[in-house]
Amino acid sequence: MNIPYTRHTLDNGLDVLVHEDRGCPIVAVNVWYHVGSKNEKPGRTGFAHLFEHLMFEGSQHYDKGYFHPLQEAGALLNGSTNADRTNYWEVVPRNALELALWMESDRMGYLLPALTDAKFENQREVVLNERRQNYENRPYGFTSMAIAAALYPPDHPYHWATIGSADDIRAARLDDVRAFFQTYYRPRNASLALAGDVDTNEALELATRYFGDLDAGDALPAFVAAPPVAIASEQRLVLEDRVELPRLYLSWHSPALFSADDAELDLVAEVLASGKTSRLYRTLVYEERIATELAASQNSREIGGYFQIIATAAPGRTLAELDRAVSRALETFVAEGPTADEMARCLAQAEANFMYRLQTVGGFGGKSDQLNAYNVFVGDPGYFERDLDRYRRVTPAAMQRAAHEWLRPVRRLSLSVVPKGRPQLALSDCQTVSVS
Amino acid sequence: MAVDRARLPSLGPDPVFRFPEIRRRTLGNGLRVWTVEHHAVPLVSFLALLPVGASADPRDRPGLAAVTSDMLDEGCGGLNALELHDALGRIGGHLESEIGSDATILTVSSLIRFADRAVGLLADMMVRPRLESRDFDRVRELRLNRLVQLRDLAPALADRVFARLLYPDHPYGHLPIGTEESLRSMVLGEVSGFHETMFAPSRMTIVAAGDATHEALADCVESAFGGWTSPAGSREGDDGAILPAPRPTRERVALLHRPAAAQSELRIGHIGVSRQTPDYHALLVLNMVLGGQFVSRINMNLREDKGYTYGARTSFDFRRGPGPFVLHASEQSEVTVGAGREAVGERLAIRGERPVTREELETGRAALTRGYPRSFETAEQISRGAAQLALYDLPDDYFSTFTPKVLAVDEATVTRVAAEYIDPSRLLTVIVGDRDKVGPALPQLNLGEVVDVSPV
Repeated sequence: MNIPYTRHTLDNGLDVLVHEDRGCPIVAVNVWYHVGSKNEKPGRTGFAHLFEHLMFEGSQHYDKGYFHPLQEAGALLNGSTNADRTNYWEVVPRNALELALWMESDRMGYLLPALTDAKFENQREVVLNERRQNYENRPYGFTSMAIAAALYPPDHPYHWATIGSADDIRAARLDDVRAFFQTYYRPRNASLALAGDVDTNEALELATRYFGDLDAGDALPAFVAAPPVAIASEQRLVLEDRVELPRLYLSWHSPALFSADDAELDLVAEVLASGKTSRLYRTLVYEERIATELAASQNSREIGGYFQIIATAAPGRTLAELDRAVSRALETFVAEGPTADEMARCLAQAEANFMYRLQTVGGFGGKSDQLNAYNVFVGDPGYFERDLDRYRRVTPAAMQRAAHEWLRPVRRLSLSVVPKGRPQLALSDCQTVSVS
Repeated sequence: MAVDRARLPSLGPDPVFRFPEIRRRTLGNGLRVWTVEHHAVPLVSFLALLPVGASADPRDRPGLAAVTSDMLDEGCGGLNALELHDALGRIGGHLESEIGSDATILTVSSLIRFADRAVGLLADMMVRPRLESRDFDRVRELRLNRLVQLRDLAPALADRVFARLLYPDHPYGHLPIGTEESLRSMVLGEVSGFHETMFAPSRMTIVAAGDATHEALADCVESAFGGWTSPAGSREGDDGAILPAPRPTRERVALLHRPAAAQSELRIGHIGVSRQTPDYHALLVLNMVLGGQFVSRINMNLREDKGYTYGARTSFDFRRGPGPFVLHASEQSEVTVGAGREAVGERLAIRGERPVTREELETGRAALTRGYPRSFETAEQISRGAAQLALYDLPDDYFSTFTPKVLAVDEATVTRVAAEYIDPSRLLTVIVGDRDKVGPALPQLNLGEVVDVSPV
């Protein structure tokens, strides 16, 4: 099981990856820029994402918006920004591959000449509305910001959420856009993956033609190593929000993406809270009925991860009850490790999930996105099989040890989210936080 | 060869796409088995379609169909809920269940080597759910909790109020989740009664798509579902979804006050048309131009020109009966009235004053036709496509005639269907937002009487 590919690095440093899949007459074009909100500066948070919006507003040689010619060609397209990277993709009919490469290369090489104050101000308003829609006007919408701010010190690049603060978004200036583009949107900081109904040689030839003469730009500034992070003793926070049911978020610092214990903790999360047979769901929702929703995840990112358990209280139940039940389940897991049944299930599920990811050539998480992720984060687009091996090699003892090592009660951050005016529903001894 | 940046490269001829062949078998008990071969990856997907959805809820029991569908994986055949999910986990199975106005759909996907087990579990869920009271209590409680949480979710509130006001006393007037009152008084006997009358082999279609031959896929389904006989109480022949024609509504603006809301959630629309309409393809094109994609008039106006919103879209919700034609947007409170006025203005304009242009027509048609093959990439997508044919009784050649039918739509047709199916005189507007910020300017919308409404 793997994704066969060819890699070719252009003289300007752009990596081009090609994967042939002739099943459907479509091609996925996927570009990763190795820049995200972790490259922002305090006071200018939210900038990487605001910048992503401007990439859809036209470039020097086609200055009438990015969507029109591509939608007319039958493309599906989008982009996204997270802490570590920004990606852009189109899934096009085979005959529109050249058009997509024309468009992608034009904005990689020639965005700035087409940039205007009017576009910038318009997209700033759009992003402020995106923030209102997806964070401010949504129940529990502020939690990711409160948790990031508490888990990481102010000079750490994960201290802020990718959407950024509204004040910072308003403070952004057009000059910041120019500097950001010139620093990060260089071929040498990008990876282009083409997957689908293409001939490898033709695809490489086309990519070289469209991207080969783009200016390599200056060397990238060295990424300043983030200060080490650790929670010395348990932290408890409370956030009042417009919600009906209180919810508990437990977070721990955890390993970075692809580093030791990352896969182990991913499977720990699976055993704890994935599906009705998982330990926490079975106990808290199914048997005791004290919770109404449950989730656990190992959120692994480039320079550090966080493990999180989220539990929403059933009406009339307290977060203290939930906390006791979750802590008991964790203690038991650390003491006994997973059962043979749990192990068989979580490995079968992990393997099937790898297979499900091979079903599409494009979009978020399809094969082209996966090739770029491996290339950008591990330097090896062919990491698929090794990635799967990380999971196959996990033993019950390793999961037990990873949970013991990383998920200690003293190292956790708890955030109680409670209905406005009812702080008494939070865990005891909480410090109040507010986010806007 | 240097790149010519003076013009965009031409596309050349569109690739020829062969739609996957669907083969059909009808079992002795009346169950329809449709199969599609898809050999890209060693996976298989089994989709069970029952054309019975929330519109089949008894009048005083909104939410019954959804609770019934939720109970299917709470234990079935010889397995309790935990054993069932353990069995699914062991084959790396993926279960999805979905309920809409017109249908209940359950899909199980797995690695092809576990195909027999996967379809066996699907049959257990559809045919032999245990429907025990302990599970029913829990499922109902979780749904009630969900309803409580939806009180703070502006989009859900807007959808709920919109359906209620657009379809008074009609099976489309409630969301599948139902109401607190109905869920509280529901008893297990109603669920088992609903299952017994509605879940019958003659009503169901199973679509199997994956890495095996038609023959093997169909045999696999037949061995799991072939022995199913209709229970005595089932209402054969009654398709469970005979819908009365909805009454046209009058123009008005309903405001649901949400103090200090960061945005207003907006819906504007009226009753549309059923999936059976002969103007289906023309309406798809019209919607692409008006508000159905990023480059449509309404999104370009509200987002890219004015910056009022993160995005605005219109849609015709094509159902077995006439579904809504509606605009969805959420926008900054201060500009709610401006956004509403622009959106309505665009609807009026396309009916005559600014009819669709040749270029817009071509963009809309091309986006639909050239993007079409994309929907046939995975086994699950193909199953979903096939399920649409079964649900809406579409002809066998539906996929292959889609592109020619869309390309046959011309400007005059778009203008005709715009005039015929968009009626600016009976728009229902729903706003979930801060009355203090939005309310005073609302009469300027000129969309009828402004009424305050409650969430339930």
